Amino acid sequence: MGETITLTLKVWRQKNASDAGHFEIYKAKDININMSFLEMLDVINDTLTLNNQMPIAFDHDCREGICGSCGAMVNGVAHGPVSGVTLCQLHMRSFSDGDTIVIEPFRAKSLPVIQDLVIDRTAFDRIIAKGGYISVKTGSAPEANDTPIKKKNADSSFDAAACIGCSACVAACPNASASLFVSAKVAHLALLPQGHAEKKRVLAMVDQMDEEGFGGCSNAYQCESACPKSIKVENIARMNREYIKQKVSK
Amino acid sequence: MGKLKSNEPSGPVEEKWEKHKFDMKLVNPANKRKIKIIVVGTGLAGASASASLGELGYNVHTFTYHESSRRAHSIAAQGGINAAKNYCNDGDSVQRLFYDTVKGGDFRARESNVHRLAENSVKIIDHCVAQGVPFAREYGGLLDNRSFGGAQVSRTFYAKGQTGQQLLLGAYQAMMKEVERKTVTLHTRSEMMDLVVVDGKARGIITRNLLTGELEKHAADAVILATGGYGNVFYLSTNAMACNVTSTWRAHKKGAFFANPCYTQIHPTCIPVKGDYQSKLTLMSESLRNDGRVWVPKAAGDHRDPQDIPEEERDYYLERKYPSFGNLVPRDLASRNAKEQTDLGKGIKGGLAVYLDFEDSINRLGKDTIEARYGNLFDMYQQITGTNPYQSPMMIYPAVHYTMGGLWVDYNLESSIPGLHVLGEANFSDHGANRLGASALMQGLSDGYFVIPNTIGHYFGSNTLGKVSTDAPEFDQAINDVQERIQKLISIKGSKTVDHFHRELGLLVWDKCGMARDKAGLKEALKRIPEIRAEFWDNVSVPGDGQFNQTLEKAGRVADFLEFGELMCQDALHREESCGGHFRTEHQTKEGEALRNDDDFCFVSAWEYNDGKKAKLNTEDLKFKDVPLSQRSYK
Repeated sequence: MGETITLTLKVWRQKNASDAGHFEIYKAKDININMSFLEMLDVINDTLTLNNQMPIAFDHDCREGICGSCGAMVNGVAHGPVSGVTLCQLHMRSFSDGDTIVIEPFRAKSLPVIQDLVIDRTAFDRIIAKGGYISVKTGSAPEANDTPIKKKNADSSFDAAACIGCSACVAACPNASASLFVSAKVAHLALLPQGHAEKKRVLAMVDQMDEEGFGGCSNAYQCESACPKSIKVENIARMNREYIKQKVSK
Repeated sequence: MGKLKSNEPSGPVEEKWEKHKFDMKLVNPANKRKIKIIVVGTGLAGASASASLGELGYNVHTFTYHESSRRAHSIAAQGGINAAKNYCNDGDSVQRLFYDTVKGGDFRARESNVHRLAENSVKIIDHCVAQGVPFAREYGGLLDNRSFGGAQVSRTFYAKGQTGQQLLLGAYQAMMKEVERKTVTLHTRSEMMDLVVVDGKARGIITRNLLTGELEKHAADAVILATGGYGNVFYLSTNAMACNVTSTWRAHKKGAFFANPCYTQIHPTCIPVKGDYQSKLTLMSESLRNDGRVWVPKAAGDHRDPQDIPEEERDYYLERKYPSFGNLVPRDLASRNAKEQTDLGKGIKGGLAVYLDFEDSINRLGKDTIEARYGNLFDMYQQITGTNPYQSPMMIYPAVHYTMGGLWVDYNLESSIPGLHVLGEANFSDHGANRLGASALMQGLSDGYFVIPNTIGHYFGSNTLGKVSTDAPEFDQAINDVQERIQKLISIKGSKTVDHFHRELGLLVWDKCGMARDKAGLKEALKRIPEIRAEFWDNVSVPGDGQFNQTLEKAGRVADFLEFGELMCQDALHREESCGGHFRTEHQTKEGEALRNDDDFCFVSAWEYNDGKKAKLNTEDLKFKDVPLSQRSYK
């Protein structure tokens, strides 16, 4: 069922963080166009395994675009040529017979490579730990409908909260900035009345982002176009406003 | 055959939990920080438990094999979470949610647990809203609800098709808050390889650092498993790729009883299988059945395109057979009926698929409304299949989704090993033989936020626990066993991939222990599984060494599925009745509905490990005082 294509893959192979790394070339023969990109890599890995070679390491889990585990640069574009999807949702029908595909890990100083396409994103967790939450103790919450929230704000908050933490925004940014990721969380919480008491969170989160070595935002907007969840750069503007307000307020 | 006690408090069902909370022993706040608790898993149950126990002041150590705890598969839950708020004024109550859940589970759940779940549902919504979970709202600013299968009220709270994501991020963030306060120590890329039992109590775990391959010993005063279900025993399922049975299976081999492993949920609305290369199946949320109509051609062998099949030649079989619930019958019924239609040759173009059609709803409500409700699901469908569901009906087919079975726990969520507590999908307690939609998120969060913080204190208050060091011989023994197993896997250097064996096992259990089961098929599976297992240990290929090695991780998990699969089939063979997701073709009504055998099987089967020989059966009798036993009817 379905037609097949044959591809040349140039895949980044790197044994560990200290290895320099290099490209390896693989032929991907008779690939069914209905396969997902990761299923295509599964096929390559099966062959490598049976030749007792190390398969290409890549993080992945849900394979439905929501866990944020997968991701790679495909021909220089984070998550590949289709906008609004993660790598696991990219299907081979987006490629043509005879194509060469270059596959590399997301690259940024703050997201070091662990092996092949696997990177270390723990910096994101450390940023969230600095304030990406509302401090409510279990058991202390008021009745849910006591606080009406304007639908417009609730919807905007949801749109920002849809971030999956995949780090494509960092990989796409010329400055390797994590501004889109951080601002999405700041905006999600700042747009809700429940989040107002701790608006100072933005200061600690931005400080942590700097400490992790992420660059600053210079409005290249590459992050928005790379984002598989279409998170908007408006969130960065909101974060900057929040930052200044909180910096000057007591 | 041993008899198990639920340890539930006496008294009327609606007073049990309140009474129990008062009767339970407490731990002084100053003493809590001296008590160390291990939590394995960071999905809804594990993350909410870690956060809440951290807030109480316990010394919590939380482990996940993911690179970040936010990746846990709870994140993929789409449709929603139930709560008996009665915001819709449509007659809902704690009592009704309790009733629907017991009935939906086909009278194989423990009443007292289910009532507590329904009580807690209300507090979960309050808590999550306070955390900033952006649930869908009406224009007036208040929370919106929708309906789900197996209920005639609208009690499901949702955040588009990403409810699980938003709830998990809420729990994850609450846990990260405790990481910052240093009450929770988070160990990522750390996989539990074994449970350590000292003097009959759960006192620690062996983990493997997935980055370095190093094995580590961790001792504690109690261990909590919140490690999800075993749906991936079927290879193809809606579970994430890494979901596995290892931690619960390892605990089972150390003495924890495994309850009702044959209760597996096959979700009716998934994208059909399309090729041998397929690595997983994708769910289309049950919420779609609010506005989508399920149908097949009336005539077998009708291979016309859907738009060419006129209305009168279509069979909307769920609406026809179950007029009062229609397309919103519980999952087990919807799945079994889809199978019945395709078995009759009425599947789409003769294949394994039925239609889920939105044409009527789009005509009635407009495309914009449908897009607002299900936009992301429609997009996902189009990405995967390449067809546009606004223009032609979706094609769907049932797929393995959730497992109601799990480690046996008492009312306090404590397993048969003292000190080992089990939460969420990993335990067996609340869903009986069939889980209703939007109830998994509810149970994970109820267990983690509201049950375990109370009951674990009772465990510490009622037991004198001595100090345990990781130098204890039990830790050495466990770590050596794990080491040996890893060495064995690496040294086989066989000629077949791990996935080859996983696929073979999956196809076998899907065929013999899937939507329909019978004695002959189960016996065949029980004969075949040990053969596949033997071949695996003789001929599997795991390249590389014991360091960072994703194939090795997978191999260990599949090895455990190859043992667990046998217990699942044994349980299915033993249970001579049909109930919920367990459908034995020998036991059905004239209309083809599941036929329970309450005289002989109104109990929980809790299997005890027996050194690799046939597991021993223990039972817990189920009593239905508040929801009287009856034949389920959704007609």
